[in-house]
Amino acid sequence: MATIAPLAEAVAHVVRDGDTVAFEGFTHLIPFAAGHEVIRQGRRELTLVRMTPDVLYDQLIGAGCARKLVFSWGGNPGVGSLHRFRDAVQNGWPRPLELEEHSHAGMANRYVAAASGLPFAVLRGYTGTDLPGRTANIASVTCPFTGEVLTAVAALELDAAVVHAQRADRHGNVQLWGITGVQKEAVLAATRSLVTVEEVVDELEPRPGAVVLPSWVVDYVAEAPGGAHPSYAHDYSVRDNDFYVAWDEISRDREKFARWLGSVA
Amino acid sequence: MMTVAAARALRDGAVCFVGIGLPSTAANLARRTHARNLVLVYESGTIGAKPDRLPLSIGDGVLADTAVSVVGVPEIFNYWLQPGRIDVGFLGAAQLDRFGNINTTVIGGDYRNPGVRLPGAGGAPEIAASCREVVVVVRQTERAFVERVDFVTSFGFGSGAGERERLGLTGAGPQLVITDLGVLRPDPVTRELVLTELHPGVDVATAHERTGWDLRVAADLGRGEPPTDHELAVLRELTR
Repeated sequence: MATIAPLAEAVAHVVRDGDTVAFEGFTHLIPFAAGHEVIRQGRRELTLVRMTPDVLYDQLIGAGCARKLVFSWGGNPGVGSLHRFRDAVQNGWPRPLELEEHSHAGMANRYVAAASGLPFAVLRGYTGTDLPGRTANIASVTCPFTGEVLTAVAALELDAAVVHAQRADRHGNVQLWGITGVQKEAVLAATRSLVTVEEVVDELEPRPGAVVLPSWVVDYVAEAPGGAHPSYAHDYSVRDNDFYVAWDEISRDREKFARWLGSVA
Repeated sequence: MMTVAAARALRDGAVCFVGIGLPSTAANLARRTHARNLVLVYESGTIGAKPDRLPLSIGDGVLADTAVSVVGVPEIFNYWLQPGRIDVGFLGAAQLDRFGNINTTVIGGDYRNPGVRLPGAGGAPEIAASCREVVVVVRQTERAFVERVDFVTSFGFGSGAGERERLGLTGAGPQLVITDLGVLRPDPVTRELVLTELHPGVDVATAHERTGWDLRVAADLGRGEPPTDHELAVLRELTR
């Protein structure tokens, strides 16, 4: 049964120094408010996991929270590069960042394996690319039925998962809809989880196609209206595309970034 | 011209896996001109999206609002892409080599200490592997068109004929490379990319200059038609 708590308290319980943690969201429902709380609380040595580390991860990396990044596409979607990510990889600033790199299909399947309680997932992927040589978490496996050689990817087990959703009820059942990415898989792949929501309601109205995470698979729920900004929450807000464009300039320069960081902390 | 040429490459009724940027612009242009029944699939999980404006990212709300269905990301890759249910995949490239291999990972230095760190793979390796065919859209420069890519993010034809087949890849690979200068297609035997068409006003010498390998030119080199007024009007409306 999930505990409903204020954001700072929930983050303090769920995200700890040295954790392997995913703040998931595929463009939609990215848990920015929770990520900023992690920056404020000064978490360190995190292994950050996400298919599309975008602006939120650029901020966490620039703030020095991360030791390692496990990912499949690190850019500012539709805009360009992530400059804090690039600065960490190319110049070790503010500290060196270890990378473990996959494809989207590989990452998605790694989450599925962990959510399914299996040690690995199988896919027809990575073939012919230079990616398998870069990580021990990609291997080949022979199908016991056909003999076909396929790719195996290790389950992506998380210490913590943080996602954002539209609503929860007072018992901590969580409802989300629209582009649902790998949020469900990330929560089910994690030992501890936090869901920030636009609002806590007395009763969840059923919505066709909406994903419900029942209270007993969620540890903490925190109300954070607008907590996905500059990403969005379908039916609550729209994506602030201007901020994503503006981030390009803020993040290019270490001093401008430091000023931004000061405004969050 | 690159966008218009890419749009023209999409036939009506095709199912197209669309990335953001030029591919999305081209696919939406095609849907508003000659290919009204083009099916747009975005990796965020939207199938059959019909956006009334161009999304900035592959996960903008307008895609979910107008889609036939919205599914999770594992499903997009496992059910829809992997078994070959997508006709055309659109890819960009930071580097492209003479056998259509693509690099979007690192340039220069070594992998751990790269000269330039790029965004990485995203959906591209499996799009390159599993779509029935791949269209690559890339600006033709000597830096981008290299003899051999620094990192194979997405597999084209490897080092030539027969390699895709040996690896068991189901899709036909890069069948069309559209640049700001013209169009390249793989040689049916050797799989080396050959210049087969030039855009209006471009000459062969420029194509040679902006290619980092000894570029082969087709004997029956074609010449693309300039954009029509209609195409330009729709494109302006889209990118306004």
